[in-house]
Amino acid sequence: MNPEHPFEQMRRALAITKKDIRIYYAKGPVVIFGLFMPLFLFLAFAVGNRGLSVPFLVSGLLAMTLFFTATAVSPVIQPWEAQARTLERLLAAPITMRTLVAGDMLASLVFTLLIAAVPVGIGCAAGAPPLHPLTLFAGIVLGAVCFSAFGLLLSTPPTNVPSNVMMLSSLVKFPLIFISGVFVPVEELPLWGQALAVCSPLTYFTDIARYALMDTHTFPVFADLAALAGFALLFGAVAMALHERTVGGRI
Amino acid sequence: MDGVQERDGGEYAIEAAGLRKTFNGVAAVDGVSFSVRRGEVFGFLGPNGAGKTTTVRMLTGVIRPDGGSARILGHDIVRAPVRAKQGFGVVPETANAYADLTAGQNLMLVAGLYGLDRSKAERRAEALLSALGLFERQDDRVQGFSKGMKQRLILAMALLHEPDLLFLDEPTGGLDVQSTHLILSMLRDLNAAGTTIFLTTHNMDEANRLCDRVAIMRTGRIVALDAPERLKMAIERLHTVEVSFDGRVEAGALAALAGIVSADREGDRWVIATADVDAAVRALVGFAGAEGLRIVRLNTPAPTLDEAFLRLTEGTG
Repeated sequence: MNPEHPFEQMRRALAITKKDIRIYYAKGPVVIFGLFMPLFLFLAFAVGNRGLSVPFLVSGLLAMTLFFTATAVSPVIQPWEAQARTLERLLAAPITMRTLVAGDMLASLVFTLLIAAVPVGIGCAAGAPPLHPLTLFAGIVLGAVCFSAFGLLLSTPPTNVPSNVMMLSSLVKFPLIFISGVFVPVEELPLWGQALAVCSPLTYFTDIARYALMDTHTFPVFADLAALAGFALLFGAVAMALHERTVGGRI
Repeated sequence: MDGVQERDGGEYAIEAAGLRKTFNGVAAVDGVSFSVRRGEVFGFLGPNGAGKTTTVRMLTGVIRPDGGSARILGHDIVRAPVRAKQGFGVVPETANAYADLTAGQNLMLVAGLYGLDRSKAERRAEALLSALGLFERQDDRVQGFSKGMKQRLILAMALLHEPDLLFLDEPTGGLDVQSTHLILSMLRDLNAAGTTIFLTTHNMDEANRLCDRVAIMRTGRIVALDAPERLKMAIERLHTVEVSFDGRVEAGALAALAGIVSADREGDRWVIATADVDAAVRALVGFAGAEGLRIVRLNTPAPTLDEAFLRLTEGTG
């Protein structure tokens, strides 16, 4: 057995994924928070804008659910583990930092994909089934990978205090919701808003969801998918590199 | 980092050369070099803040050294960390099993991290949990475990992959007698079977009984490295004579005797400090005869590792 072989490291990443799901994700409050947080946010918006169509509302709900779920737990896992001293155990194990980050990312991905089924189900029940299911599925998978990597990127500051990361995470996540076409379509945003929207990965997932549920879109679908894949690679690579550099400050 | 060539075999389990680590401009570890032979029990002693834990963290790849190099089982810990880590287990000072997982789940997590075959890992986990008195609790969450049980579980987790080298940081600190006995007994058995043991401890008695050699650290540097017996004999010191009489004696009377520097009462015995044991014993025997006292006990104890440690680290916290 060569412990450095990528396949072997992938197997070990799965052990971390399993541990994360058991400890951090498979908890009632986490599941409820992952569903209720975007649902209540969007209900507040829907009540104030009663003329909006069901597919528009469901596509927005799906985008928020995916984004909030993927970034809910992943940013605080490493600070939590540093505080509990379990991170030291992982760092002394024969795994690379890339393996550790990949394991955390995969746990977030699995959880996000499961939770994403709920708003899609709500859409079907409310008379807004996906018109392009394969595109929606590809968008959900890419979006979940991208936002999970984004969550890991948010956890790179060298702290072992989870509340510090939570605060930073909220400061970044909430503004993104407002510039990503979730509540107001991108083309209706002011010019500066449109410029910011292009920089947000959530914009591209929202666009895919609108296309899949409403058959309308701002950008070409392949551009949305490519943008999500590009952001996922960028966030994942930067998260791995930064964790490598900042982990010493957590211990 | 100094370059070091990779090799799998070799006489040494650990080779540290000029290890350095600085935090906020303060050198926590300042040029530490030593080697640990395969099969050896090596003690790492020092007062709080001496740099022991930082050294262990560099050796185990938890933090990166600012300078110097370390080879663990022939692999450079910075350049080939995965290969190096595959060969050792770590028992940290703070029990760091996952409290939300059961004992069995913690062990299976370790099995996954070390790439062990599941059925083999389950058999090994069962054997270790039985040997450490935790088999009945394997399905219980760790959060309900006592400190001793957690520490025994950590030892089981460190041994699951049958490492050639075991790092232990204060493995028996604050544990009950039963857990301490169990852990020390297992360490002896492991060493007898060929496992190299690197033991960080404050417990001089433990170091004295277990270790082939000890290194004493002070303010980031190694100030002594030798076999415990040789370290004890090497320090310059006043000798000690312990004596008990069957009657009452005044401290001033003893301290006034020829060759005696001081006399302190400890329970029913007197601890006499002297530069000349022979002169002190003669004076004490003469004193007893003159005062009509019987000598109940007379002992000239060898220097202890505690004394060597205190002498070598005096002036530090």
